[in-house]
Amino acid sequence: MANVSIMTFNILSILPILTLAGFGMIVLLVDILSSRKLGEKNLLAYLSLMGIIVAAILARNSTGTTLFSFNESFAIDNYSLFFNFIFLLSTGLVILISHSYIKREEINHGEYYALILFSTIGMMLMASGADLLNIYIGLEVMSISIYILTGFKRSKLISNEASLKYFLLGAFATGFLLYGISLVYGSTGAINLKQIAGFIADKGSISNPLLLMGMALIIIGLGFKVASVPFHAWVPDVYEGAPTTITAFMSVGPKAAAFAAFLRILMTAFGATHYEWQKIIYILALLTMTVGNVVAIAQTNVKRMLAYSSIAHAGYLLIALVAANDMGMSSVLFYILAYTFMNIGALAIVIIVSQKGDEFIQIHDFAGLGFKHPGLAVAMSLFMLSMAGIPPTAGFVGKFYIFSAAIKSGYIGLAVIGVINSVISVFYYLRIMVIMYMKEPTRDFNPLTLSPLIVVAIVLSVIGTLHLGIFPSKIMEIAQQSILILK
Amino acid sequence: MVEYLPILILFIIALGFAVTNVILSAIFGTQKPTAEKLTPYECGIDPVGSAHERFSVKFYLIAMIFVIFDIEVVFLYPWAVAFQSLKLFGFIEMVIFIGILFICYLYIWKRGGLEWE
Amino acid sequence: MEAYIFYIMAAVSVTAAVYLIFEKNPVYSALYLILTLVSIAALYILLEAQFIAAVQIIVYAGAIMVLFLFVIMLLSLNIKEELKDAIPFQKIPALFMGILLFSVLCIILKSKFVQGKQGEYTSAYVASVGNTKLIGNLLFTDYLLPFEITSILLFVAAIGAIMLAKRKL
Repeated sequence: MANVSIMTFNILSILPILTLAGFGMIVLLVDILSSRKLGEKNLLAYLSLMGIIVAAILARNSTGTTLFSFNESFAIDNYSLFFNFIFLLSTGLVILISHSYIKREEINHGEYYALILFSTIGMMLMASGADLLNIYIGLEVMSISIYILTGFKRSKLISNEASLKYFLLGAFATGFLLYGISLVYGSTGAINLKQIAGFIADKGSISNPLLLMGMALIIIGLGFKVASVPFHAWVPDVYEGAPTTITAFMSVGPKAAAFAAFLRILMTAFGATHYEWQKIIYILALLTMTVGNVVAIAQTNVKRMLAYSSIAHAGYLLIALVAANDMGMSSVLFYILAYTFMNIGALAIVIIVSQKGDEFIQIHDFAGLGFKHPGLAVAMSLFMLSMAGIPPTAGFVGKFYIFSAAIKSGYIGLAVIGVINSVISVFYYLRIMVIMYMKEPTRDFNPLTLSPLIVVAIVLSVIGTLHLGIFPSKIMEIAQQSILILK
Repeated sequence: MVEYLPILILFIIALGFAVTNVILSAIFGTQKPTAEKLTPYECGIDPVGSAHERFSVKFYLIAMIFVIFDIEVVFLYPWAVAFQSLKLFGFIEMVIFIGILFICYLYIWKRGGLEWE
Repeated sequence: MEAYIFYIMAAVSVTAAVYLIFEKNPVYSALYLILTLVSIAALYILLEAQFIAAVQIIVYAGAIMVLFLFVIMLLSLNIKEELKDAIPFQKIPALFMGILLFSVLCIILKSKFVQGKQGEYTSAYVASVGNTKLIGNLLFTDYLLPFEITSILLFVAAIGAIMLAKRKL
């Protein structure tokens, strides 16, 4: 009889995940078991928020510890913790902005919250995964939930189309990732990131073509998830067709999760093949920034414009990946946090300004917002300035860190192109501000989709954007401590 | 590997039998096709419309639910075989796994996924 | 003997896969896919992975293929209607890249760089304990977390089926 060692694992390490899973199921059960006339379903939103808060408190408990559990396949360290907080924060903000939106669009089902919570589980697993299997399963849980959420407006053709496109292309990209994982496993005999690194160090197999091919395929798979060019074709259609809250959700969480996995895989497992992957990421970063920014200029639909801007931001983050030094890695964490605040904030305002069923909100629909609703216009201007990278906002500090990291590593050309791209992006971000303040209103803004929760989300985003912009050093310090584990 | 030989032999015999019969009937059979003979048989009545009818999405829903629980059952095989060495620990983890999928089942049931509308 | 079976089965699976792509009738394509999956199951048996082979037949060739056929019949594509190639200019680069990828793979497989790592278990050991049992022992200890998360994944899939396919909620 085979000996089975019941391996040691720390149940505490997955407590946040367990909490989210538990709350996701409770939300579903409350929804299906309660009478259908509950109608308002406010309870579900509050329950999900409570789940997020409990998970955050439990995650906070393990600050500073570094432990590997589940046969070294699951890591709890400052790095995964930082990302877990980003996920929980973005999910919390999305739930806040969803509350009134899903009522307006009549998609107020309990599944909505459950899927968002389950998707967050996937992200947390990706950030904590210390072996490729966990990262893969996390990616699947995250993506499949989002495919469904994208098609959540069941009666809208555009939503269904977006869901189908995202699903087909996403499944294809997952195929690449899985093929890459199997090639890596075939050539190293390990799926654990540390063991892969150990194998590469032992055999000096930088020249092992099978391993390199596996690595390239993994880069393609994750490059799809972070929406880098040339794997970006799905982004505009999906962002446009999805419910706006889900656009906010998938432009932040999955991107952060994919970057978390990206950094961990590239630094921990393929640290030795540094020069090989740097070339690939270099080209990806270059293309992603430039295509994202240049095409964004031509967009008149706000959601499509933000989709291309999201591609461009992925490009900036890839620069930091190319730099691959301490500052680069910590600036990835910082920038994603900053992006969480500014992007969710901007989409929250899009939700408020748009009307029921009106997903084709054009930039000219913002005309005159500055006179009619000055508060909203100021917040929107702040988010736009932050995305364009103008001080004193979070976006500026984030870009500053990224470009200086690139210069430190000697990628001056890339940094210069990044700066040029930021200048290009100022054009289309400022255009919205110009339209808001310089043009006469062409439409009646009322009724606005306002609820206390969405206001809380916008206030939080404004505070976050300003705080990170004015006092960045504290967060940057935490980010710097977080990436120590990767080296 | 040797234990799979009978399956292979049976497979070859089955395949050979089918192929031989098709070939033999093609060679020796008399073929006098008429329009009546070529129409699909629908209980002796003249066929109405195309046979390629669109299936309802309800079939898909049932098939999907079947696949989900099929995969659940697949996990039970290695668990049952390895149960003796896994002991209580294995029992608990399977209870959790099945518990989550039981909630899933409850969800499908209450949502009306099993009803044929 | 084993080598012959391998080559036969590999040839069958590749041929069936090619037919699957070039077949115009989607139902025939699905049938070719079954042939591909079954021949791959035979390859798993040659690798002494009997459990995976059985799962391949039960889940893929069985359950998932039924799902495929339902979807094909749900869509009810008209066979006579030729699918229009939306981007005709991609054919030549696609062919070129395909040939390139194929030759790269050939070079890799021929090169001496490829040294697959020897597995932990010898086939004598696997035969003595039993393939399924070994999988069980590993899956429910070392890979406990992915296993449990799979239940969440299946849950999400169920929600998706209900949300996207059910008429009335």
